[in-house]
Amino acid sequence: MNSDEFILSILVNNEAGVLTRVSSLFSRRAFNIDSLSVGVTDDPKISRITIVARGDDYVKNQIILQLEKLHDVKKVELMPQTGTVMRELVLIKLNISQESRVGLMEAVSVFRAKVVDLTNDSVTLEITGERSKCNAFVEYLRAFGIAELCRTGLTAITRGPKTLKPDESV
Amino acid sequence: MKIKGAELIIRILLEKGVDTVFGYPGGAVLNIYDELYKASDRIKHYTTCHEQGASHAADAYARVTGKVGVVLATSGPGATNLVTGIANAYLDSSPIVAITGNVACPAIGKDSFQEVDITGVTMPITKHNYIVKDVNRLASVLREAFEIAASGRPGPVLVDIPKDVQQAECEYEPAEDAVEPQQYRNGKEAFAQAVKLISECKRPFIYTGGGTVSSNASKELLALAEKIDSPIGSSMMGLSAVSHDHPRFLGMTGMHGKLAASRVLSEADLLIAIGTRFSDRATGNKVEYIKGKKVIHIDIDPSEISKNIPAFVSLIGDVKSVLKKLVNELPPCDRKDWHQEVENIRNSSDRRLEKPKDELNPQTLIQAVNRHAPKDSVVCTDVGQHQMWTAQYYEFSKPRSFVTSGGLGTMGFGMGAAIGSCLGNNRKKTILFTSDGSFHMNMNEMVTAVSHQLPLVVVLLNNNTLGMVRQWQTLFFGCRYSNTSLERRTDYVKLVEAFGATGMRVSTLEELEPALEKAFAAKGPVLIEAAIDQDEKVLPMIPPDGTIKDIILKA
Ligand SMILES: Cc1ncc(C[n+]2csc(CCOP(=O)(O)OP(=O)(O)O)c2C)c(N)n1
Ligand SMILES: [Mg+2]
Repeated sequence: MNSDEFILSILVNNEAGVLTRVSSLFSRRAFNIDSLSVGVTDDPKISRITIVARGDDYVKNQIILQLEKLHDVKKVELMPQTGTVMRELVLIKLNISQESRVGLMEAVSVFRAKVVDLTNDSVTLEITGERSKCNAFVEYLRAFGIAELCRTGLTAITRGPKTLKPDESV
Repeated sequence: MKIKGAELIIRILLEKGVDTVFGYPGGAVLNIYDELYKASDRIKHYTTCHEQGASHAADAYARVTGKVGVVLATSGPGATNLVTGIANAYLDSSPIVAITGNVACPAIGKDSFQEVDITGVTMPITKHNYIVKDVNRLASVLREAFEIAASGRPGPVLVDIPKDVQQAECEYEPAEDAVEPQQYRNGKEAFAQAVKLISECKRPFIYTGGGTVSSNASKELLALAEKIDSPIGSSMMGLSAVSHDHPRFLGMTGMHGKLAASRVLSEADLLIAIGTRFSDRATGNKVEYIKGKKVIHIDIDPSEISKNIPAFVSLIGDVKSVLKKLVNELPPCDRKDWHQEVENIRNSSDRRLEKPKDELNPQTLIQAVNRHAPKDSVVCTDVGQHQMWTAQYYEFSKPRSFVTSGGLGTMGFGMGAAIGSCLGNNRKKTILFTSDGSFHMNMNEMVTAVSHQLPLVVVLLNNNTLGMVRQWQTLFFGCRYSNTSLERRTDYVKLVEAFGATGMRVSTLEELEPALEKAFAAKGPVLIEAAIDQDEKVLPMIPPDGTIKDIILKA
């Protein structure tokens, strides 16, 4: 991660419009956002959003404080740089014939990626991991000609027994 | 017993102590208006000429009463007409609940007649908003809306209610007792640090903003000033928290602040900022603004701390309770040298700022109105030079007696605001200072004032120009007056008389006196058009991003 990058985990009410509220806050306040991923938690009333953003301490504080003002936001946590498990999933399609696949399977195994679909003219790969690993894999594949690529954005959870739960009141 | 959603809305309004609603009917709120008809003995609804006027009225009503203002509008154009008013309330932290009707749920998303996604539109200008698609949630959402609007840093909340939800039935259950909100959330250390900073400083300056007014903390503010022997300055939004003639009060600081107040502020070594957000209009150059000073920031909104000006110590919470605690913990002290210096600065006025006392000009006009006005009048303004002159020359003596559009600077705010202020202040005399540009924007609301025979004294400073813009063109754009001298031919006297109000025109101080006597004796709305020179300036002026060193005293 770049030095000015940081990860926020945000617990929000699982309601229509919440994602818009959070993402529009970023554009409205001119904050940079690198990736955003969202999904429901073990409690169906609560969703968890993971945001990778950039900025100095001023920006970081403002983002957190402004997010905390949103009524649907129940908890905002700055994820520690170390002691956090971070994962992203990338799907990559390469439209290449069998002859041009020399070296590809080796990379798949070195990066611990997976082949998820295979035809005569195409290979679709899946990789899960930290962003640096995903990026390295994608870079390696460029030589083969990437036909299509999609990433989920980063999601993150702390190591150890500590958990993220909405504050009791509110 | 089951009741309809529309009736439920009225019940919640009554539960919340609402007796005044501003709005405008239409297809998507017919059911609500039908219930208002039945409840007309308990809730008075004021129909304006345009929903914008209603939204400003609700905003002003909230500022004057300290209660939540309520505005009601139909879907589509009714709802979008509220947008400026909602944004205005948002930027000035005024608690309003806006209720809009919408097309029935099955019609949503089909571009139905008068369908607008108003929650989408107002998301960035509300504290929170809702679309209620299930009548069983309606009561809890409305109660929550009132609570969000009034709690913490106040602000607008919008509740969009599709027509079929208004028609659907549900059970009404009276509210449970609400929990008291938290007063402040600072540890001991924060107070200890503040006490230390204040005790160690030599030249404190208390800078108060709108938060002091909305938290009703005038008494606590003065107690602090006494205890630490400090002068007080104010942002525009903070005016009226301290009486103009209080010996510690120096007046407004900022772009068009009082010279002495700005000078004293620049000399201070500790700035105690209370309920204020350091708008760029108030600070000028932010680096120079705090050179040589430490800042203690007291505010209810944690995100304001160090947003615009870095705080050395912050105390977060309701201004009133924070100040109470702080005053308790502070040792008394006096600062004779500082006190003397402040008095010296205060007494060394600058000749260049003086205006002739024997002619009709903004200063003599506003001061004359001030003399005639009852002490319990609320004073409203539109936006422009006349607004700044009012902030500079009117002598406010009671909290919540000055209603102006600070953060958004909304021309056209005035008429709606005067209506809301008047109704919020037991229909007492209410004054509006406006000018040709702003008045033309929402002058239709004079019609509303006539319908309800509201005792408004509208003083129109007619400089025949968008004066504030012209001033910038004079100072910063080489006198190229692009589109600010509009050659309007409006006969204001005839205009307001056609509406059913009283109109008068004055161009000298001699004419002004009898006109004011008549205006303040009148029962219904009166407009006085006063001739003002096009090139009158608002001075002093610290240019944008400037400092006290750049202050313009003569132009
Ligand atoms: C709705 C809106 N449009 C434009 C402006 C920009 N603006 C600020 S002051 C001003 C001139 C106001 O003219 P007037 O109401 O005649 O007041 P004066 O300055 O002459 O006292 C303008 C156009 C604004 N503040 N609000
Ligand atoms: Mg004008």
